[in-house]
Amino acid sequence: MSGTFRAGVRAGLPFAVAGAIVATSFGVLARDVGMPAWGAVLMSAIVFAGSAQIAALTILGAGGGLSSALGAAALMNSRFLPMGIAFAPSLPGNPVSRAAQGQAVVDVSLVVAQDGEGGYDRGLLFGSTAIQYTGWVGGTAFGALAGSLIGDPETLGLDAVYPAFFLALMIGELQHDRAKGVAAAGALIALALVPFTPPGVPVLAASLATLIGLMRRGSDRGASR
Amino acid sequence: MSAGTTWALIGGCALITAVIKGAGPLALGGRELPSWFSSIVSLMAPALFAALVVTQVLANGRDLAVGADTAGVACAGVAAWRGASVIAVVTVAAVTAAAVRAVT
Repeated sequence: MSGTFRAGVRAGLPFAVAGAIVATSFGVLARDVGMPAWGAVLMSAIVFAGSAQIAALTILGAGGGLSSALGAAALMNSRFLPMGIAFAPSLPGNPVSRAAQGQAVVDVSLVVAQDGEGGYDRGLLFGSTAIQYTGWVGGTAFGALAGSLIGDPETLGLDAVYPAFFLALMIGELQHDRAKGVAAAGALIALALVPFTPPGVPVLAASLATLIGLMRRGSDRGASR
Repeated sequence: MSAGTTWALIGGCALITAVIKGAGPLALGGRELPSWFSSIVSLMAPALFAALVVTQVLANGRDLAVGADTAGVACAGVAAWRGASVIAVVTVAAVTAAAVRAVT
């Protein structure tokens, strides 16, 4: 595994740099809502889930309660349920060990840890997550401590970095027509639900678009190989 | 923000995240899953990432909305489509969004 761990670190490095930029704006956000710098860094170090951290702090900053903030974090993280199921067959050991290994699954893992045979490689997973973690915690510390030098993240356009990061991840996955169809369907499901559900639910529901893979499997197999 | 709120937020988020991330591997790991499973798994990335992009770029809470970040991400999409690295893609997004805000 040590060989693929190093390959995972290398493959994850560009994403870790982009993640560190997002983490910097999280650190600035934390400072702006009055969270102490140590709190922001500790949160990134033990929660390590960017969209959930940002959602929770945004709600607290807007005057919402702790339970709303935690609820929003849970919904933003709900996409890790289908992701965890996707990784489950690739994680060996007893149930507790598997659940512990599952903590390493982050968004980037879906792309970087693929073993090319429809499953995932643990070494690539742990390596890419290790470098991602370093960038996330380091970026948070920088934002929380040097936030006054950075000013308003929106003036620098940093709010566009996070969605652009996911867009770059997605476009790399669109080699096949089936993937393009699923991406379009996922986007439509999410947009249709935005007015009716709390943030986070539209993204979870978009995972249902993967069921297209079942319906079209027979007809697409020949064309895409 | 009080120290109590900070601790409760961090502890609560950590617990929620650990439970959600651990649930799938805890319940389903350690065995072969049927062949149809991998065809769903391989499509998880495009489905979830597309949803994350559109909800961040075209929505603000429960309202559909566009802004300078939308323009930034659109330009970033062109760069990504032409094969730019992820670092170049996020730089294009930030610079474009900042430029649009500077002139509007």
